[in-house]
Amino acid sequence: MFEIRIHSRGGQGGVTAARLLALAAIHDGKYATAAPFYGAERRGAPIVSFVRIDDKPVRIYSQIKRPDMVIVLDASVMDVVDVLQGLKKGGKVLVNSQQKKDFPGFLSSNVDLTGIALRENLVVSGSPILNTPVIGALAKQGLVSVESAKKAIKEMFSDERNVKAAEAAYQEMNA
Amino acid sequence: MKKIATGNKAVAEAVKQAAPTVVAAYPITPQTEIVEQVAEFVSSGELKSRYIAVESEHSAMAACIGASITGIRTFTATSSHGLLYMHEMTNWAAGARLPIVMANVNRSLGPGWNIWAEHTDALQERDTGWLQVYVSTVQEAYDATLMAFRIAEHNDVLLPVMVNLDGFLLSHIMQPLDTVDLGDFIPPIHLPHAIDVKNPAGYGCLTGPDQQFRFRWDIERSMRDSVKVIEETQKEFAKRFGRKYGFTEDYQCSDAEVVIVALGTLGKEAEVAVDLLRKEGIKAGSMRLRWLRPFPKLDLKGKQVVVIDRDYSFGRGGILATEIVAQTREPVFSVIAGIGGQEVTYEDIAGFVRKRRIGEEFWFGVSGNV
Repeated sequence: MFEIRIHSRGGQGGVTAARLLALAAIHDGKYATAAPFYGAERRGAPIVSFVRIDDKPVRIYSQIKRPDMVIVLDASVMDVVDVLQGLKKGGKVLVNSQQKKDFPGFLSSNVDLTGIALRENLVVSGSPILNTPVIGALAKQGLVSVESAKKAIKEMFSDERNVKAAEAAYQEMNA
Repeated sequence: MKKIATGNKAVAEAVKQAAPTVVAAYPITPQTEIVEQVAEFVSSGELKSRYIAVESEHSAMAACIGASITGIRTFTATSSHGLLYMHEMTNWAAGARLPIVMANVNRSLGPGWNIWAEHTDALQERDTGWLQVYVSTVQEAYDATLMAFRIAEHNDVLLPVMVNLDGFLLSHIMQPLDTVDLGDFIPPIHLPHAIDVKNPAGYGCLTGPDQQFRFRWDIERSMRDSVKVIEETQKEFAKRFGRKYGFTEDYQCSDAEVVIVALGTLGKEAEVAVDLLRKEGIKAGSMRLRWLRPFPKLDLKGKQVVVIDRDYSFGRGGILATEIVAQTREPVFSVIAGIGGQEVTYEDIAGFVRKRRIGEEFWFGVSGNV
């Protein structure tokens, strides 16, 4: 089983990113569960969501304590949340950032999702859309196939710019 | 087609296919997504139902009762305080022998104000004459909702059915969902005592001491008959759609020395605890109870039993543990865990089994008891 924790702020699409990733994994013929953590979240507050991907049906409903990978959609949450908490030794960290940050003991990567969203004019109510481009970066990491990533995005969003943004993130991810 | 859906959306999808003529509902967290989605299906024309937006849950059930007595299919959904607010009418629905189907998203009761998973809401309805099933996956939420209509409306049952799914843990998570081509799996509804303007009759009349017990017994007789109907329905579902369900879902039980019994998602996660325990040489098994009413005969002879209750009856004990002891007449280790969404992992569940003290009760997370 591969366990992923997504850090974002309420309203940034972290829950939808989890859902897209799970759907893409299912298209790859795997089993997946996407789970938001529902607490007292509100727009702008740091939130987490979880994805489990496995070759067998997922039977775990409790929160992910020791993720294989952490995704940070908003780098500013790192000031208030220990995003590395519980991350397995040698685990992956993907940060939405122009600069690569070094996390000793972990495999760090970065991609400028915000820049890509703004470039593609993927903005809703003043907020750049991060959840579709991040799936492109995750396809580059090998979590899901490119075909399944595109299929999942197309199923959930009719706007072609979402696929273009994911393709850009695939190209521009810096591992 | 491969889909992904939340537990709530899966229930709504099943409702769309079962196509009740009337849906009357009032929103409440964490159930709201079900009635929102059903309302959208009605609005888009995908579901040809009359959707009655009522002002309370009491009215939702009253509207379902009024609609159902005309001999049509009805559906509603609720949770927690909404269910309790319906309580007078849930008794009426069963007493009037109306095959209403309701989804209940299990949630704690206030105060303290808590929107997370707990089974006490539905368990407080256990004596009303409703059949109750508890599900553990998104797929099962969909499958059980479809089967609920067929079971409720069967001539040997004619009682309402409540489909229970854990708040947030199942209502709001996304898992794969295979939808079926329903065909004639749910036959057209025929209510023998439906209102007929050509043959006027009185309903809800005063029933004297010489008659009331006969109506009560008739509910119990149908509840007993429902066992066969549930078995037949689950068998037919497996034959047509390939997914098998029983009164319980047993995992590694046959050679188990200790069996974990739980409802809902806890019962599913217990299977992972069983895998962990088996690696340590502990012969564990999991028996996830699916049907609470009618209460099935559990094959627990010769096993040590660890019951996990995400509920409680104050002054008595875990409700599930009490029910099981009443049937098996053997003591169990009664664990109270997961109240109000308290986090319980498969490692915690394995811990309950390792430290089991048969005959005792243990409140997870309460100091002095841990």
